[in-house]
Amino acid sequence: MKSIVLLSLLGVTSMFAGVFNYRKLILPIILIGLAAAIGLLADQWGTNKVFFEMALFDNYAIAFSCLLISVAFLIFTLALYHYRNESDIVTDLYALFLFALTGGVLMTSFNNLVMLFLGIEILSIPLYVLAGSRRADLASNEAALKYFLMGAFATGFLLFGIALVYGASGTFDMAGIAAYVQNSKEIPDFFYIGIVLLIVALLFKVSAAPFHFWAPDVYQGSPVLVTTFMSTVVKIAAFAAFLRLFNYCFTPLSGYYDIILIAAAIATLLIGNITALYQQSVKRMLAYSGISHAGYLLIALVVMGASATSVVFFYSAAYAAASLIAFSVLTAVMENKEGRESFESFKGLAKNNPLLALCMSIAMLSLAGIPPLAGFFGKYFLFATAIKDGFLWLVFVAIFNSLVSLYYYLRVIVNMYTTSDEETPAFKPNYALVVMLLITVGVSLALGFYPDLLMGLL
Amino acid sequence: MKEVVQGIPLNYYLALSTVLFSIGVLGVLFRRNAIIILMCVELMLNSVNLLLVAFSAFHGDAKAQVFVFFIMIVAAAEVAVGLALMVLIYRNIKSLDIDFLNKLKW
Repeated sequence: MKSIVLLSLLGVTSMFAGVFNYRKLILPIILIGLAAAIGLLADQWGTNKVFFEMALFDNYAIAFSCLLISVAFLIFTLALYHYRNESDIVTDLYALFLFALTGGVLMTSFNNLVMLFLGIEILSIPLYVLAGSRRADLASNEAALKYFLMGAFATGFLLFGIALVYGASGTFDMAGIAAYVQNSKEIPDFFYIGIVLLIVALLFKVSAAPFHFWAPDVYQGSPVLVTTFMSTVVKIAAFAAFLRLFNYCFTPLSGYYDIILIAAAIATLLIGNITALYQQSVKRMLAYSGISHAGYLLIALVVMGASATSVVFFYSAAYAAASLIAFSVLTAVMENKEGRESFESFKGLAKNNPLLALCMSIAMLSLAGIPPLAGFFGKYFLFATAIKDGFLWLVFVAIFNSLVSLYYYLRVIVNMYTTSDEETPAFKPNYALVVMLLITVGVSLALGFYPDLLMGLL
Repeated sequence: MKEVVQGIPLNYYLALSTVLFSIGVLGVLFRRNAIIILMCVELMLNSVNLLLVAFSAFHGDAKAQVFVFFIMIVAAAEVAVGLALMVLIYRNIKSLDIDFLNKLKW
């Protein structure tokens, strides 16, 4: 709870930075504040603190919140590099990032459906603004409006689902709903409809098929830093909320809705991977790759043992690290290629900036799930759990999709290691970018060699 | 007042809000003007409010009514952001027809 207060206060501080003219100081303040928030959360490990029955900071919430805040920390490091030339609105953007992060922390720690709703909205509303933060750019405007309309639409489904669940169970409290599902003899039909509507809304938020169509447009149109935030923090927070809600409340009814989740997982995997094959823009390819990773995580959701939480946590951490590398290298390349983001703009990167190319290769291989990188173990644990629970055929579908995904991940690498006439000249990366890459590459390798670092955590 | 609310069977409220919600959903899917779409989203949210208040009266529990206030506040915040975005877009393309928003495509 202290960390939520701290994050909101950081946001407010950042908003006033423009007024009271301490713009230069704000980024160090934010970074220290985020580190303090992680410290405050880690301090509560194992205590299961409840706040007015609204938020519950169990180990699950703390682990996912820490992950979200660490990813945000790295994104702010990248912001130092990304926003170094524009100073007018940058503090407002920082504030919006921080408010969205606060919503994300609420989404991992909610203990009441009211908090789930508020968390999702606190996460989404700043993001609508952030997506449109390049005001003169039509693509950014379009992304913002699409994201806004689709997000508000999904909120309607979420609320109708919550209302129906409340109507049957008479409570918004997670423990109350779980007790209702366990004990009641006769559950009215509209309770099931409520669950389905909740699934629809959350599939929207995690950008899973058949509700994924907004994601590529929004990811491509938004400024690249916002896209990084969306494909890491937002996706992980949405999955944490999804898993928490269904694991906690509705597990006894899983026979009724598992089929929906399985169908969604398979559709997400197929659509995400096959559409990614013929993308021309790396940014859009990464959006589709994010969609397909949502499919893998949905499989973990279906296979909900007690171990599913640690698998999802490990997978999210591995995915976040690899995505951060990919997006930061993409940022650097785009800056030196006048904003072009096609596969061809990566040509010659290995010759002129070998280290950047190496980092990008690690990211791509980790996303594809090549040993010994973190992404491999994420997939390995996921598939092992699924096979143990008797979903062998689902694992075959997933492995087939992993093979398909190799094509477009390797395409980036092949492009980097070929040369062309108009290749990117050698450039010296900013030190913020270097620090960020060192950390994320370190995490990708460390989790690959010592997966137990995170696996035993939850 | 409570007797009046409870005098009508719960299913009627359920049916009414479902119909309102469906009108909202269909509006979002088929209308092309961004402001009309926003109004349809508001219709969806308000059908939820109606349903929550009805359930609240039937359960004799005020929590849902408090939740309605939260929904209203969030809806207001959303509208503020949404209309600002629409002003931004109108300045750039002089239209709010979402069919003109087709720059981003594969």
